[in-house]
Amino acid sequence: MILALIGFTLSGMVPITLTAVGEIIGETAGLFNIGLEGILLLSAFAGALGATAYGPLMGILIGMGVGALISLLFAIVCTYWKGTQMVAGIGINLIALGFVEFGLIRFSSSAGSFPIPDSSQLFRWITPLGLMSPIVLIALILPFFAYWFLKRTRAGLILKAAGEKPEAADVAGINVNLVRLTAAVVGGALAGLGGAYMSVAWFGFVSKGMSGGRGFIALAAVVFSGLNPILALLGGLLFGFFRSLGLWIDTLIPGFPIPAEFLQMLPYVVTLLVVSGAIGRVRFPKALGAPYKRE
Amino acid sequence: MSAEKKTLESRLLRGAHKTLTGLTPALESVLAAIIGLFIGALVMWLWGYDPIVAYKAMLLGAFGSKWGLADAGAIAAPLVLTALSFSICLRAGMFNIGAEGQLLMAGLATVCAGFFVLPPILHHAVAILFAMSAGAIWSMGPALLKLTRGVHEVISTIMFNWIANFLSLFLIGAFLINDFSADQTIAIPSSAVFSKIMRGTDLTYAIFVAIAFALIVYFVLWHTAIGYEVRAAGLNPSAARYGGIRNKRTLFLAFVLSGVSAGLAATTILMGSSAIHSMYRAHGQLLHVGFDGMAVAMVGRNHPIGILFSAMFFGGLSAGGRLMQLSPNPVPVQMVRLVMGVIVFTMAIPELVRIFPAIVNGTSGFIDRLRRLVSRTGRRRST
Repeated sequence: MILALIGFTLSGMVPITLTAVGEIIGETAGLFNIGLEGILLLSAFAGALGATAYGPLMGILIGMGVGALISLLFAIVCTYWKGTQMVAGIGINLIALGFVEFGLIRFSSSAGSFPIPDSSQLFRWITPLGLMSPIVLIALILPFFAYWFLKRTRAGLILKAAGEKPEAADVAGINVNLVRLTAAVVGGALAGLGGAYMSVAWFGFVSKGMSGGRGFIALAAVVFSGLNPILALLGGLLFGFFRSLGLWIDTLIPGFPIPAEFLQMLPYVVTLLVVSGAIGRVRFPKALGAPYKRE
Repeated sequence: MSAEKKTLESRLLRGAHKTLTGLTPALESVLAAIIGLFIGALVMWLWGYDPIVAYKAMLLGAFGSKWGLADAGAIAAPLVLTALSFSICLRAGMFNIGAEGQLLMAGLATVCAGFFVLPPILHHAVAILFAMSAGAIWSMGPALLKLTRGVHEVISTIMFNWIANFLSLFLIGAFLINDFSADQTIAIPSSAVFSKIMRGTDLTYAIFVAIAFALIVYFVLWHTAIGYEVRAAGLNPSAARYGGIRNKRTLFLAFVLSGVSAGLAATTILMGSSAIHSMYRAHGQLLHVGFDGMAVAMVGRNHPIGILFSAMFFGGLSAGGRLMQLSPNPVPVQMVRLVMGVIVFTMAIPELVRIFPAIVNGTSGFIDRLRRLVSRTGRRRST
């Protein structure tokens, strides 16, 4: 029973961790994207369509591609065209909601959900913890790799320069906007992987409410981590755990005294508590949110 | 180097909340709307619908008859209020996306007010008061978290939305469920329901609640000291502090006012335009009204008067969209939300009007280059 809880937690942690690591890469370079929720939803939808048409692996790749593309669009608007990042991000969320609702009706003739046939879902390993997708492993390793990349490589330093002091980076011959665009594409692809994982390798269907606030929880995990990918993994595990706990209690302990709705509320309450405890010690890049303009 | 001294929040909102009047902002809104409709048409076309027929059906449905216009007004009323809810906070420099949750809480309060037995006008007033208070109380949570712990309102309001969602599911299931149909709450008695202005449409006197509140917000923000403080806090927080404005109190007030506005939106739906005067268990009528309000606010340039016009525009799209669904070219009405999203995304670009020609030039240049490339490879293949 405990093993099942660990299994639930691990599978639930994946979209939040991947999205959070992607957002950390973007924020390090100076882009603050609150459209993560929309990217998750859109890539879950695109991944499901892709998987049904071309097989699971293509589905995942298409999901990543869609995530990268939207993120690229966001980055173009917010660097070259000096857009307002909050507004663009909220725009992405609205687009995703409308597009997916529209698409669900178009492709599954009901606004409810679009199931992916079993043969088109990504394979899962049978482990003592239950069925595990290989993407779980990626989500466990990636934060460490991202940490190494951001703190120990030249490319990571360039990202940081673009986010902290774009003027200095510019003088050093770095194309600030291009760096930000690249960071956004990588970050978007990771969020896209998280979204495609949800539909193709975890739930096995798409519905319009499937992202369930995970994009914003990932944002909270980023705030909590202070742009440290390893802490973001910890945040992802924490939120994954509390989300699974409700599900676990609900399925394994019948007649539990607390109503199911309150158990489902748990991850959001915990997010609030964790974030309100974390503020104050967190420091963000100096040029986060400001488009770079040569003077 | 003034840019560096700005706070993260003012950087993220870059001017989105500044006072914008005059021709250019209106032109930008129109341009963004055209871009949104164009992208909507593109998606429709790609997915095998006829966009021209669809838009024609939509426009005729919304603006072709007085019934269509009345339905547009009915949909616009709650949008005006959720848009105001978003704008009030944006004017104060905050990005409050909590209208969804406040709407649900206010909806529950409205249903609860239905328990009283009161004469009509008084009952309306009590129900509205209930909804306003519930919306205000629910928006105090994020306000307090922001002012005492510094939690960014984007995160806290979204979390409050989800908590409200599950709380409302629980409360409806446990206390307010309708014994005769399990998918909705007990009904609001007719003594608290706004009567219809035009028979056969959804338009009720609730629309005057929306218009009146928009005018009140306009008056408060531009003609009172408190409103001045709210706007000053948004324009330049540190200067406002030097000017002796108590920032925390002002921000708190903005949050409460925006909660009140979202609460009113719930009454205009549940006591007004909705087909049944009770709340669906799955929140059907109230879902996404808060988010749509953001689009309305952006297009209305966060000005109460502008919001009235843009709400009418989006109300028209939705009302026409409902008819479009039933036409032989049945594009689902959800398409409207896609258009809204594109419009908001476009509105993020400052000086859209100035940049737009450059964007078009760049794109057409790119397409030209692409076409030349394609024709060159084609020629090579033929030789």
